[in-house]
Amino acid sequence: MTTTSRPPVAEAPPSADPATGGRRRAFGPAQVAAALPGALRKLDPRIMYRNPVMFVVEVGAALTTAMAVAEPFFGGPEASGGSPIPAGFTWAIAGCLWLTVVFANLAESVAEGRGRAQADSLRRTRTSTAANLVVGYDPEADPSAEDTGTRPVSSADLSPGDVVAVSAGEPVPGDGDIVWGIASVDESAITGESAPVVRESGGDRSAVTGGTRVLSDRIVVRITSRPGETFVDRMIALVEGAERQKTPNEIALNILLASLSVVFVVVALTLHPIASYAGAPVSVPVLVALLVCLIPTTIGALLSAIGIAGMDRLVQHNVLAMSGRAVEAAGDVTTLLLDKTGTITHGNRRASEFVPLEGVRKPDLVSSAALASLADPTPEGTSVVELARAEGVVVDAASPGEVVPFTAQTRMSGVDLPDGTLIRKGAGSAVLAWVRETGPVGPVVRTELEDRVGRISDSGGTPLVVAVRRPSGHTAVLGVIHLKDVVKEGIAERFAQLREMGIRTVMVTGDNPLTAKAIAAEAGVDDFLAEATPEQKLALIRREQQGGGLVAMTGDGTNDAPALAQADVGVAMNTGTSAAKEAGNMVDLDSDPTKLIDVVRIGKQLLITRGALTTFSVANDIAKYFAVIPAMFAGVFPGLGALNVMGLASPASAIMSAIVFNAVIIVVLIPLALRGVRYRPLRAPQILSRNLLVYGLGGVAAPFAGIKLIDLAVSLLPGF
Amino acid sequence: MAVLLAVLPAAAVALVLALLYRPLGEYMARVFTSPRDLAVERGFYRLIGVDPASGQSWQAYLRGVLAFSAVGLLFLYLLQRLQAFLPLSLGLPPVPEGLAFSTAASFVTNTNWQSYSPEATVGHLVQFGGLAVQNFVSAAAGLAVAVALVRGLARRRSGTIGNFWVDLTRGTLRILLPISLVAAVVLIAGGVVQNLGGPTEVRTLAGATQTIPGGTAASQEAVKLLGTNGGGYFNANSAHPFENPSPWTNLFEIVLMLAIPFSLPRTFGRMVGDHRQGYAVLAAMAAIFVVSLTALTALELNGAGAAPEAAGAALEGKEQRFGVIASALFGSASTLTSTGAVNSMFDSYTALGGMVPMVNMMLGEVAPGGVGSGLYGMLVLALLAVFVGGLLVGRTPEYLGKRIGPREIKLASLYILVSPTLVLAGTALSFAVPAVRAGVEATSILNPGLHGLSEVLYAFTSASNNNGSAFAGLTADTPWFNTALGIAMLLGRFVPIVFVLALAGALAAQDKAPATGGTLPTHRPQFVGLLIGVTVVVTALTYFPVLALGPLAEGL
Repeated sequence: MTTTSRPPVAEAPPSADPATGGRRRAFGPAQVAAALPGALRKLDPRIMYRNPVMFVVEVGAALTTAMAVAEPFFGGPEASGGSPIPAGFTWAIAGCLWLTVVFANLAESVAEGRGRAQADSLRRTRTSTAANLVVGYDPEADPSAEDTGTRPVSSADLSPGDVVAVSAGEPVPGDGDIVWGIASVDESAITGESAPVVRESGGDRSAVTGGTRVLSDRIVVRITSRPGETFVDRMIALVEGAERQKTPNEIALNILLASLSVVFVVVALTLHPIASYAGAPVSVPVLVALLVCLIPTTIGALLSAIGIAGMDRLVQHNVLAMSGRAVEAAGDVTTLLLDKTGTITHGNRRASEFVPLEGVRKPDLVSSAALASLADPTPEGTSVVELARAEGVVVDAASPGEVVPFTAQTRMSGVDLPDGTLIRKGAGSAVLAWVRETGPVGPVVRTELEDRVGRISDSGGTPLVVAVRRPSGHTAVLGVIHLKDVVKEGIAERFAQLREMGIRTVMVTGDNPLTAKAIAAEAGVDDFLAEATPEQKLALIRREQQGGGLVAMTGDGTNDAPALAQADVGVAMNTGTSAAKEAGNMVDLDSDPTKLIDVVRIGKQLLITRGALTTFSVANDIAKYFAVIPAMFAGVFPGLGALNVMGLASPASAIMSAIVFNAVIIVVLIPLALRGVRYRPLRAPQILSRNLLVYGLGGVAAPFAGIKLIDLAVSLLPGF
Repeated sequence: MAVLLAVLPAAAVALVLALLYRPLGEYMARVFTSPRDLAVERGFYRLIGVDPASGQSWQAYLRGVLAFSAVGLLFLYLLQRLQAFLPLSLGLPPVPEGLAFSTAASFVTNTNWQSYSPEATVGHLVQFGGLAVQNFVSAAAGLAVAVALVRGLARRRSGTIGNFWVDLTRGTLRILLPISLVAAVVLIAGGVVQNLGGPTEVRTLAGATQTIPGGTAASQEAVKLLGTNGGGYFNANSAHPFENPSPWTNLFEIVLMLAIPFSLPRTFGRMVGDHRQGYAVLAAMAAIFVVSLTALTALELNGAGAAPEAAGAALEGKEQRFGVIASALFGSASTLTSTGAVNSMFDSYTALGGMVPMVNMMLGEVAPGGVGSGLYGMLVLALLAVFVGGLLVGRTPEYLGKRIGPREIKLASLYILVSPTLVLAGTALSFAVPAVRAGVEATSILNPGLHGLSEVLYAFTSASNNNGSAFAGLTADTPWFNTALGIAMLLGRFVPIVFVLALAGALAAQDKAPATGGTLPTHRPQFVGLLIGVTVVVTALTYFPVLALGPLAEGL
């Protein structure tokens, strides 16, 4: 997996708040200080009740505090389970419980704070600006709106359908599509990428975003968004987490945690009468302590921070998810639809081999091909020269003769050398026709050529025939250049990894099936869709979904929009049209189609982090029982002292240590929650074994050590 | 040698069960999937106005279960109250109101908790016309609910989960009735009584008089065990020589208890089209069974104290003809299923030994559990295990291609909540309400102190989990226990069934996602381990405090 280390958006403005602006540390004193006020504000029960686990802790904390206040009037703390309770115990318990709640809120606030810096820098681009509204735009008579009058309006007053003219140096007043013109646009405010991008009318690069700045030329833009609902507005809402809705999986986990809490509330409530029958009545603060130890506070405290941090990780990869649901779906994806060009191959055909005809010396072919390509600016032409150099043929940098450019009529290009030699390269039939101008082509040459051309075509390549006409007028075919799509390095390994993860890759290309098949085989994709039309793409997605699969794809064109909307995860390229960006549920600001693979990884990491901390949290209970239960009853039933395997100093210190551990572990795990647990692309059983070992067994073992250590410290307190 | 003797009976039972697994499991799958109806079934469907070919939504299925059980409850209650006016009552008076309610609830819920001594309370008609009928149909209802859940997992995009009336009828007529018939004959051959005679006074050789009871014991005994009911024909249950005369009938009865629950995973595997899934569920059940049995046997064999030392073993409350080993085996089978029959008295077990049957029930009776209820209990736990495991591998959790989302987790969690809440609330209320506590301490508890706590805890554990076994020592025929236990039994049976059927409906409506390399496989030992872990941890965390106060405080 590659790690994209692009400077994140938040660091672009130098004035960013030092407390929240940097991403240098996930969690440090500065972050805590900034998040603390928010954490305290969240203590409001009207907010807390949304997190059932922590709400129970808060109620317990309030109850214990009330008991601590009332205690002096009732003659000090009552004994519990036959063991004396030191003075100040109730206060200590209450304090720890409040700390537990604050720590939980802190985790959420820190996670939110990381998005806020980004939101601030985005908000700066959103200030209302002046716009030149074209009055009575007539696309037929005056597409450039040079002669139509404009009137200045505030960008806040624009509505969809309005047409504005934007000149060099002016900010784009709102989201829209260019209807006329071409311009270079600075989009750094959104993408963090300082290099300007070209936007032009028509085609798939016609969208402009409000808040970006036109650097050169003049464009006419049709506004597509309402003020306050622009792309930037949505981005701000997303990174701030304001619109964060719980995802299905998060809801399910919350339900499970809530029911575990209910079970333990029942356990704690029913223990009181049962214990008093057994002659070991337990005091209320101790019962509250038991309850808080047992309910899954660790995961309950960190659950929402994990979700926010997951979205944030995507933002760090310059991908904006329109909903948390999309991030989760990314982890579940079973099929990836990948565009061939740009994702799997470099996007241009490159020369890979020179194939001379029988009786032709290879260097002759190579040097002729190189000469013919020297002035050819296309990537294909450059690649021919590069390959020739690699084969050891010395080629000058400048073209020695007169360039004959490629035209649709001749379907050939080449060079006329000063000595009268003409060299042509092009499609087989076109070159043969050129050869025939001076004389017939022999049957031997014809069969040989057909054989070589056929072989290259069969392998998915493009044959480029090279012929030369000597000054004598004799024309001969020299051989064939094998042009082929070059598959990106390492892409086959990535697909193999995806296969391990259980994800099928499907290559989508406009090429003919033959070419597509060859490239698919080389890249190692599982399947391919050749000569793909948007309808076929849509049908393929539907077919996969009917089989129960979840499909992810990238797209940028307007004709991709239906497929993007149909896909479970549709990543639109930021360079794409507004229609594509509307249809997808994620936008990749870098417009890098390979990022789909990172998106899947982040989705999985999000789920695994939740699962890992849940397992850890529940596994912790085992050790806590061994600390609390003997402490609760050993005073009456000394036999239960056998369960005190940790050898904790006294009942009071055992309970205290368990509750302190419970609070501290939240803080210890905040960085993990924000960072996400490590994810390796392995098969499910291997991942499960590893995570069960680390977080299950680790969760059983860690508190034994932790509680014992805390107990060593607590037992030094007077009375404990 | 001692080890061999300890292992031999269990090994014999295991061998028979292994031989039964495929044929019985396959047969049951055929029964519940066959499109054909028997002539007698068709007549019955016409009689009650049911179209056997039509499927039911989960709500309709649930209405069927509840309505049928409500009618059964009322019928059984009235039959007991009116027995004095009906024939074959052996001259016994009407059963008192509280007891009649508790008994009716007990038999309709497949619990078969008995707060009474049958010989002195119910006549032949109530026995075979009421109790025995419920022995069949309550078991068949459990079977039907399990099959409905399996259908939910097997079907895709379906609004129906089968037809309750068809499942109930087939389960009774094609599975329980024929096997019971054969088993009853075998038991008669083994010496179990079967007659309509009343108690016979005989004069013994020593000159004293003795009352020898009679009745339709063999026919009841067969279905009592096969349907994991457990309500004894006689007060002494399977410790009574007329119910369980010899060591080999003892083993035969153990096989009867375990046959259907242990074969249902095969039915499940067949119906979902993947036998490996069945084996995984079976493995989890069997592993828990073996560990529990080993613990109980070891604790009883090593029982310390004056009496065991004098007798050479902890034989108090055990029948000499079975001994420690066969008693422990019977006790494990009875409490790990929802049978609750006893051939020895758990109250007399060692403190920690007596905890094992209690823990068996607290596990939710899933290893292998009651007829039907064991399978659906285990499948709900499997959903929870899949949920945790699925998160750990980074996928929305799926079981057999069904996504475990908020709705599924909500239902599964509620299912898990029911039984602990009933057990703990019932026990706590027994001591929390002063008036109740006075009654409990004065009348019901035989051994005051921690052991008394265990007796009450055991009663509520047994009732809420529909086991029906008693710790003995507790006098439960009091207004408090008759009412509280009756309610615990009804809620413990039907509230989970509501959730299971809702779950079946939610799962059936879903499509199936294909398994990929990223899907957590649910047929490997790894998953079996996870499933066992979830089962044990959930139970341990819930009950540890109260067990610490009861048997642990007593035994440590």
